Amino acid sequence: MFTKLKSLLYNNEVRAVLFQLLAVAVIAYFAYQAFDNLMLNIEQRGIRSGFGFLNDEAGFAVNDNFFLEYSPASTNLQAFYVGIVNTLMVAITGIFLASIIGLIIGIARLSNNYLIRKIATIYIEIFRNIPILLQILFWYSIALNALPSARNSINFFDTIFLNSRGLYLPKPVTGFELYIVLASFFIGVIGYVFIKKRSNKKHDETGIKTNTIPHFLGLVLLLPIVAYFVFGAQLEYPALKGFNFKGGIDLSIEFFALAFSLSVYTATYIAEAIRSGVESVDKGQKEAAAALGLKDSWAMRLVILPQALRVAIPPIINQYLNLTKNSSLAAAVGYTELVTIFSGTVLNVIGQAIEIITLTMLVYLTISLVISMILNIFNKKMQIKGN
Amino acid sequence: MNQLLKISAVSLLTIGSFSAQAGIFHSDTLKDVQSKGSLTCGVSTGTPGFSSPDSSGHWSGVDVDVCRAVAAATLGDSNKVKFVPLTAKERFVALSSGEIDMLSRNTTWTHTRDTSLGLTFAGVNYYDGQGFMAKKSLGVNDVSELDGASFCIQAGTTTELNLADYFRSNKMSFKAVTYDTSAQTKAGFEAGRCDALTSDVSQLAGLRSTLKDPSSAVVLGNVISKEPLGPVVRKDDNTWLNIVRWSLNAMIEAEELGVTSATIDDASTSPGVQRLQGKSGKLNESLGLSKDWSRNIIAQVGNYGESFERNIGMSTPIQLPRGVNQLWIKGGILYAPAFR
Repeated sequence: MFTKLKSLLYNNEVRAVLFQLLAVAVIAYFAYQAFDNLMLNIEQRGIRSGFGFLNDEAGFAVNDNFFLEYSPASTNLQAFYVGIVNTLMVAITGIFLASIIGLIIGIARLSNNYLIRKIATIYIEIFRNIPILLQILFWYSIALNALPSARNSINFFDTIFLNSRGLYLPKPVTGFELYIVLASFFIGVIGYVFIKKRSNKKHDETGIKTNTIPHFLGLVLLLPIVAYFVFGAQLEYPALKGFNFKGGIDLSIEFFALAFSLSVYTATYIAEAIRSGVESVDKGQKEAAAALGLKDSWAMRLVILPQALRVAIPPIINQYLNLTKNSSLAAAVGYTELVTIFSGTVLNVIGQAIEIITLTMLVYLTISLVISMILNIFNKKMQIKGN
Repeated sequence: MNQLLKISAVSLLTIGSFSAQAGIFHSDTLKDVQSKGSLTCGVSTGTPGFSSPDSSGHWSGVDVDVCRAVAAATLGDSNKVKFVPLTAKERFVALSSGEIDMLSRNTTWTHTRDTSLGLTFAGVNYYDGQGFMAKKSLGVNDVSELDGASFCIQAGTTTELNLADYFRSNKMSFKAVTYDTSAQTKAGFEAGRCDALTSDVSQLAGLRSTLKDPSSAVVLGNVISKEPLGPVVRKDDNTWLNIVRWSLNAMIEAEELGVTSATIDDASTSPGVQRLQGKSGKLNESLGLSKDWSRNIIAQVGNYGESFERNIGMSTPIQLPRGVNQLWIKGGILYAPAFR
């Protein structure tokens, strides 16, 4: 009996499983003990626990709010949602801008033109090597001090205003007319996609290229504008009343400073990823494209970039995630995103650090996982098929 | 087999020590402080007059004096204090986790903080209120004229909530621009990001005096909230709570008795003074302190009035009047429970 057990213990497969089970048990026990210890301490110190505070009245005001209902009479949960939306808005804006700047700088870095190449290099070396927090504070104080006061706002045709507090845009008033305009926009987009597909097919079959830019302008831009004038959707214009602008869409200067500095910083990494991607494409590809008589810009767009992106996408995903996480530095300039609102003000009012920080971390984890999931799917699509 | 046994033994031992840790709970702060030989006191990251370090790293202020008084009472030396600068957000976690022995950092005594954080307020060392500073160019004299204005506020303070409450109850609208530190709040105000800055009245005068052009701003007369500021301790240690509370009370009592750091050792026939000197009574015993604890506080830190005048009084750049922080016998609300 004992020898049988002993031989079982010396069986390699059994041992491998046994040790892994043991390791899992030990880790689980540690986690349990840590949690138990925590709960015990919380109870002994008489600290409130649980998530009941989410339904309490928030009681504080939030500066940036894009489309959610919020007032100091709202609950902490609503404040939490406002924080998430604000984080997402600055992350999406930042990712969009960073991608464009990064692509341009990355390609410029490989330009044959000495000046363009050097400017791109200098841009990358400067902005990549200064800590992001300093850049945020720098651009914020520039924006704050360079832009005029509310009363002396930069005025674009009495509809758009820019001052040191933010950008004020006209806001469409929700109603029947607005939905008509939106619907015509979507019809235009669908129509254009259809035409574009047909022209691509024609191009593949016959080699004849159709210029679809007029179709684009007509359907996507002109159609909604015509619909707007025919049905007359109302716009609410911002106007200076008392101390501040009222009405319209209000984008705070903190939002711009944060989105801009995050983009400028992250773009340097994206540019480098794109450069390394382009350089990884075999020289023969460029030469083959030239032999086929493709212009340089066409060769780049049709031959080099699609292959370069395969190499560049994984590091770019990382940069998108970094940008999203870096947006939590907003506290420095007072942009009210998740960390400022929830781990800042709510935490201070309620004091339940464990619950609040856990929720905040879960949000960032979810956002990061979703971004990386979407881009992984995209990455798979971009890979060479059947290779 | 041997190896397996060894590994199991080691893991069991580790787990054992880990579980044992869970049972230990520190609640004898006095003993901890005396065996460390120093008091760890949480203060602000720099609020002139309340707690701020000078160029040589020496801390001073009325909040700092409370720390020093407790050190004098427990260790007999007001200099045996280790100051830990904390932001508004960090302060309560630092205290409840045991990183500091007490918190003395212009902290408002509120119901929520007192009842749900596992902490207890030991008293009030400054009665403050929330006030406003506005750009002079606006020509505003009263908060009621600030409907629709933008306000610069420091995050993580009761100020945020008071502002929202005030504007809601008066049916006025406002915009809040929330910064992390007091310095950023001031910078935002100076750059014109907001029309007015709101903070505790005690800090407004100091902030105004550090503006590039102090005459460009006016402090409004309105006070919209009660902000009793005081030291905080953990809830689980009643003796320690009493030590902090009565160290502060000893300073107030000394002012009422007319005893200063210069006169504390003078012979006196007054029973009150004798109790303060530790020459009669047994006020030390239930606190577990030496007989001369209150004498040490007054001799080394001074009475409340001395501390006030030295740090925030009219002879300092802060220039705060005593106001309600005057003794009850002189028309204020400062009142120490009976010292007997």
